[in-house]
Amino acid sequence: MRSLEPWVLRPLQTFLDESSARLILLMTTSGQVVAQHGFTRSFEVMTAAALGSAIVASTEELARIMGAPRFGALVHGGNHQSCMLSAFGTPRGRWIGLVVFGPETSVGIVQLFFDQMVEQLVGAAPREQPAPPVLAENFEQELHSSLKELFGR
Amino acid sequence: MNAANVALERVTQVPGVRGSLLISATDGLVVAERLMEGIDGRAIAALAANLLQRLDRAAVGAGVQSPTFVHLRGNAGSVLAAPGSNELVLVALVGLDANLGLARIEMLDAVGRLA
Repeated sequence: MRSLEPWVLRPLQTFLDESSARLILLMTTSGQVVAQHGFTRSFEVMTAAALGSAIVASTEELARIMGAPRFGALVHGGNHQSCMLSAFGTPRGRWIGLVVFGPETSVGIVQLFFDQMVEQLVGAAPREQPAPPVLAENFEQELHSSLKELFGR
Repeated sequence: MNAANVALERVTQVPGVRGSLLISATDGLVVAERLMEGIDGRAIAALAANLLQRLDRAAVGAGVQSPTFVHLRGNAGSVLAAPGSNELVLVALVGLDANLGLARIEMLDAVGRLA
């Protein structure tokens, strides 16, 4: 498990222990990765983060058009693997969780412990000012630095 | 009143029953519920379904039939679960003073009618 923010690690580990999820990716709504577990290649993480944030943006816009409040979670059920995508508020801004799980657990268990993880993250988040947004001029450097941190190489 | 609510109504009328839920066996999600305030139906659904799945796997592994009724007894009460034939499970939360025999009969009958 890798995280750019050390205070994320404990809630994330608890979630993984309790839910038996296979993969998890925490990211900002702009697709910037905060933490991950289970992904082995940086390319996979970047793709999943980009797709996940785009899907959440699409569903939130769909909800807005329908005049409905934001969707709580989006679950794609599969025979061998399922996927849950859920956005939530933290003191560091709005984040997205992408969880992949198999038949050894259930969507109910994943949602239950995901919500508990969100509560723990909100409680553990430092209250100081969040890091400034990545500027276009140093975006590539920041991206490489983040990926190095997330994969330890 | 639909069939699910009729089933829940019957079970909750048994003395000592604090609430009942109809849950999805595979997803662990609440289909219908009739619970006292302050009881987290979502957590019960997720954990009861997970327990039943594991019990089912254990039964299959042991070469015996899947459980038709589960009684999980705690210090302050019990969780009863009756799996149906349509991927639904009827779950009841009962206190120590509950009439367990009647609750069991009502649950098995109600879940049978849902099939």
